[in-house]
Amino acid sequence: MTSTFLGMPTTAPRGVGHLRGDQSFPAAARRALADSQLRRNLGHATATIRAKSAAVIAEAPDWQQLRDAGAAIKADVMARLPELLEQLEAAVTAAGGTVHWAADAVEANRIVTELVAATGSDRVIKVKSMATQEIGLNEALEAAGITPVETDLAELIVQLGDDRPSHILVPAIHRNRAEIREIFLREMPGVDPALTDDPVALAAAARRYLRQTFLHTPVAVSGANFAVAETGTLVVVESEGNGRMCLTLPETLITVMGVEKVVPTWRDLEVFLQLLPRASTGERMNPYTSMWTGVSPGDGPQQVHLVLLDNGRSAVLADEVGRQALHCIRCSACLNVCPVYERTGGHAYGSVYPGPIGAVLSPQLTGVEENASLPYASSLCGACYDACPVKINIPELLVHLRAAHVTAQRRPTTESIAMAAAAYTMDHPALYAAAQRAARLTRLAGRRGRGLPPPLSGWTIGRDLPQPPPQTFREWWAER
Amino acid sequence: MVGRTVNSRELILGRLRAAIGPTTTTPAEVPRDYRPAGGDVDLDVLVHRLTDYRATVHRCSDAEVAKVVDEVLGGQRVVVPPRVPGHWLPATVAAVTDENLTAEQIAAFDGVVTAAAVAIAETGTVVLDAAPDQGRRVITLLPDVHICVLRTDQVVAGAPDAIARLDPNRPLTWISGPSATSDIELNRVEGVHGPRRLHVVIVPRP
Ligand code: SF4
Repeated sequence: MTSTFLGMPTTAPRGVGHLRGDQSFPAAARRALADSQLRRNLGHATATIRAKSAAVIAEAPDWQQLRDAGAAIKADVMARLPELLEQLEAAVTAAGGTVHWAADAVEANRIVTELVAATGSDRVIKVKSMATQEIGLNEALEAAGITPVETDLAELIVQLGDDRPSHILVPAIHRNRAEIREIFLREMPGVDPALTDDPVALAAAARRYLRQTFLHTPVAVSGANFAVAETGTLVVVESEGNGRMCLTLPETLITVMGVEKVVPTWRDLEVFLQLLPRASTGERMNPYTSMWTGVSPGDGPQQVHLVLLDNGRSAVLADEVGRQALHCIRCSACLNVCPVYERTGGHAYGSVYPGPIGAVLSPQLTGVEENASLPYASSLCGACYDACPVKINIPELLVHLRAAHVTAQRRPTTESIAMAAAAYTMDHPALYAAAQRAARLTRLAGRRGRGLPPPLSGWTIGRDLPQPPPQTFREWWAER
Repeated sequence: MVGRTVNSRELILGRLRAAIGPTTTTPAEVPRDYRPAGGDVDLDVLVHRLTDYRATVHRCSDAEVAKVVDEVLGGQRVVVPPRVPGHWLPATVAAVTDENLTAEQIAAFDGVVTAAAVAIAETGTVVLDAAPDQGRRVITLLPDVHICVLRTDQVVAGAPDAIARLDPNRPLTWISGPSATSDIELNRVEGVHGPRRLHVVIVPRP
């Protein structure tokens, strides 16, 4: 991005990575809504995780205070991001690590590919990382003749099935056990042909398949859940132990992290390590959390790299309301409570960031005009805000982005007409409240309707109807 | 390479500074009204939480640790860190001290016996900090059975206590139950890549 003016906050570039879908949300959603197996899998999975999470959150008497602290820490991070990153860089460097800065996906992919190539390995093991999915790292590595091996079970299911992730936390949430068994039988080299669809047997098959790869791959790529500016400590939170394998066994470790993941102090981890597992997997603590500070002589990777990624984050930060989206700790709670996500699944959102957070983050990373339908992919029922462990006001952001989108519009389009209807609903408190109530009731009753909840039901149906006469739209426009 | 890195660094920092505008550099006041460090430790809570996440808990004296190790790993091959107390190891296990063993060699052991740094009662978490009685991270990762011996004075109430006690400059591994996944229909399945069985032996403070 050398052609960019210095210091201009910049959105993520086109043509690389996975922030844009090839269809608008309503078109993609309609396809998903027709897939009843998908809706059953999603309904079952999200209901299960909501119940687990509610139970462990109820055990924490100070949950609201933890949320307040988490929100305040993240707001502080955004206000001081440049200096915290410089502090992080200094601490990681002092501990023997190397810090790289990547302005966008293209540069991050180039840095990682060069680092892997320098090890001489034609294979790299990967632990689940949203950032590397966002930048399309696997495609870049493959283009350079390097095989990336996803080691997270769900990522492996997605990779072997030549599929796309559909959930932040459980990327293969759209697959049931029978489908997973079929994928393993078809695609996993050396798999036992008598493999059953028992989850224990499926997990054991993945263990056998990956063990040799773990032991014999000299370089790993990871993401990071948190990075502590004060100490240079990086944190990966996981369940299966594939993270520990990647973080411990190879000689070289490359961590790719969005710049917003930094937290100021070591002590701040006491907040996030309580919030994340309870909101995310619904556990008091996830099975494994690894923390490393640079290089530990004789223990683990001796070449430790950290790639700090912008790729549109500076543009998000530039919007004082919108920057809340950078507070996200990727717990996926907002997906699991969302009545729209529950019906459409993650693929409809087009981006690697699906669900309510995706609806506000992706359009900001790319510029709202390139993900224009996403801010409308919500019924504004408010469940995501209540569920968010760092109190991101997603409904407020959605409304904000809809307004930004309309301002950017020069002529009436289907999108802006749909927006007009949504805005009309929002400007009329009684209608809005009714829509909100209806959405909540639908969610509570656990109905598995074919369509989207109101007011989106009207919208998706409306896309099949003739457009309103332009005159009506302009009249409405003039009144604003 | 260096030149490009420096340029991108300045570019990104410049963008971020432009994005936030003129800014204060004093850290904001963070409300920390959640339960602070220093809460009462309840060992029964620890045992319950460990068991709930499918760890096996043993409570005994320091002198009886060898008996537990014998019950779990008797007749098998065990790797141990350099400074694990010798009296924890019964004559029935073939114990080998990790002195730069290769990953492949470590993977061939049936089990590993270590001490711990800290344990969190509320979450059923054991934390290892790679001290000489816990060893390199790899030895508690590859063998299928991990026996972790914990002293009661290492048990704290919650995460804030653990953070206060731990040294961020050491490589840390927080372990809450055996390796598990919820990736298949959100069923928790124990044992994917890490040890499939975790035994926690709780002994009184010396
Ligand atoms: S927006 Fe909040 S609830 Fe949604 S994934 Fe991010 S942190 Fe979790």
